[in-house]
Amino acid sequence: MIFGIVNIILIGTTPLVFAAIGELVVEKSGVLNLGLEGMMLVGAVSAFVTLVVTDSYLAALIVSLISGLVMSGLFAFLVLYLMANQVATGLALTIFGIGISSMIGKNYVGTPIDGLSPYFLIITSFLVVIFIGYFFKKTKLGLIVKAVGESHNSAHSLGFNVIKIRFISILFGGAMSALAGFYFSICYAPMWQEGMIAGRGWIALALVVFATWKPERILLGAYIFGGVAIMQMNLQAFGVKFPGQFFNMMPYLVTILVLVIISGNKLRIKLSAPACLTIPFNKNQ
Amino acid sequence: MKKNTLPIIIILAVLLGAGGFFISNQNNVEDTASEQKKIGFIYIGPPGDHGWTYMHDQGRQTMEAELGDSITTTYIENVPENADAVRAIRKLAESGHDLIFTTSFNYMDQTLEVAKDFPDIKFEHATGFKRADNVATYNSRFYEGRTIIGHIAGKMTKTNTIGYIASFPIPEVIRGINSFYLAASKVNPDIKIKVIWAYTWYDPAKEADAANTLINQGADIIVQHTDTFAPCQAAEKAGVLAFGQASNQEQFCPNAHMTAIEDVWGPYYAERAKALVDGSWASQDTWAGMKEGHVVMSDYNTKILPADLIAEAKAMEAGIIDGTLHSFAGPIYNQEGELVVPEGSVADDGMLAGMMFYVQGIEDQVPQ
Repeated sequence: MIFGIVNIILIGTTPLVFAAIGELVVEKSGVLNLGLEGMMLVGAVSAFVTLVVTDSYLAALIVSLISGLVMSGLFAFLVLYLMANQVATGLALTIFGIGISSMIGKNYVGTPIDGLSPYFLIITSFLVVIFIGYFFKKTKLGLIVKAVGESHNSAHSLGFNVIKIRFISILFGGAMSALAGFYFSICYAPMWQEGMIAGRGWIALALVVFATWKPERILLGAYIFGGVAIMQMNLQAFGVKFPGQFFNMMPYLVTILVLVIISGNKLRIKLSAPACLTIPFNKNQ
Repeated sequence: MKKNTLPIIIILAVLLGAGGFFISNQNNVEDTASEQKKIGFIYIGPPGDHGWTYMHDQGRQTMEAELGDSITTTYIENVPENADAVRAIRKLAESGHDLIFTTSFNYMDQTLEVAKDFPDIKFEHATGFKRADNVATYNSRFYEGRTIIGHIAGKMTKTNTIGYIASFPIPEVIRGINSFYLAASKVNPDIKIKVIWAYTWYDPAKEADAANTLINQGADIIVQHTDTFAPCQAAEKAGVLAFGQASNQEQFCPNAHMTAIEDVWGPYYAERAKALVDGSWASQDTWAGMKEGHVVMSDYNTKILPADLIAEAKAMEAGIIDGTLHSFAGPIYNQEGELVVPEGSVADDGMLAGMMFYVQGIEDQVPQ
């Protein structure tokens, strides 16, 4: 029984981990991409449709990852080269993703597929978080990404290509979101339904703030958010009743609390949020 | 980009986001001759949910097929049950619709609010209880179907534990739980029902989580009052049994799906559209069930159910249709042990419509 609960928590939390760790890298490089929900949906639908058409999990994974790269590449082009506002562009990306995923998947709703076992990707999610933690702490490239996010002008003066580094970070974030989407429609709930991500992209965004931009805390936060959701279901089934709306809003509530706490202290802000987050970089300035 | 243009762009983006679903989800309807009536629908989910919204959309298509060129129809899908609903309904009202169906319980106040401003437009609100001169309400007696699945569950469970995935604590859902439990406990007094409130109608992953949680706690039959086939699929994967919701979902879970309660809206929609066209439309309350063909049981799964149980279920259907069997026939006690429906009588529609209590035997509380 305990094993069963842990199992359900692991299965349900993994997409949050993938999406949040991708977004963490993007934000570390100084870019805020609010398009997670849209990218996850497109990743989910492209994986599903590819699987139905080709019957190959590998092809589904590859097409899904490519869809994430295309979506995030579009975003990167708009915010890095055309200097579009990141918040507006990210919101537009989500709206675009919701619309286009419905359109692509229209004829595939309700097509039965054989789901893939989630355990390989669950383990992968832990490995990715460990790798990203190592990347920022121990590798030169990780430090460069951090430098770009903290002060793009300094990084630029030192000779680093700010735009290129941000572009690659955004692409990584897109690929991770698409992987979360793949996991969703192929492993977690093996089906395609319009809007099936159901707001988890926003929870993943909140998670990055909750984790104060630290990779290992992404895992902690994701498992708190995911665990609480499953535990309240278990308690309900045992006959203990909670106001369920409270649990639905909890991720956002906790994130606001974390924001309040870290913004109460200037030093803490300095240590957590990348200083150049959402600020566009123009090397001719 | 100059700094002072940024806030404007953000505001535009947010407005675009909020209004986006109008543009993306609306059917384009050409402006046609004025005698052609325009009928609009507001959907809570997408027509592809193979559940609640799917069946309303099937009803809309039946209506279109029956009335032909005398009407055109439009729908807006994925409309949340909040202030967005007001804008969506108003949008239909302003674009020349003559009759607007709002197809979810929590569109109730929003429907009335818009209806007040458009006295010449007719509105029909599904599953609600507030009416006006231009607002009718309609509902189906889904609880009649839950009596039959309760009977089947009572006979089929081996662990005597039923997992029930509920959406929101509203009378519609609570009535379903009671109806199910009354029938199940009649044939199996040891039966226990575990309820998880998902607080959503539509979230496949969450519905699957709830199903898996219930199965993990020993449920061997999953009953749902949410809109997707995810719980049935989860049951199939775990090797337990389930019932479909709103439409026949057997194709998604052939080894778990025993039967489903189907919502058939087409005849009602066609009837109301005809009334609109010939001018006889009036505000009324319709609450029809199996007798009128609004609630239909899917084919019973012969791979799972024994033949005698299928025969019993069919006999119950006949009983409900000819009035000899009522889902809420007395004696019925509430959880405090008070007699709410005396022996020899049945619960009246007023009690059913406002049912916010569990019947005796359900070891749980209605969430506040």
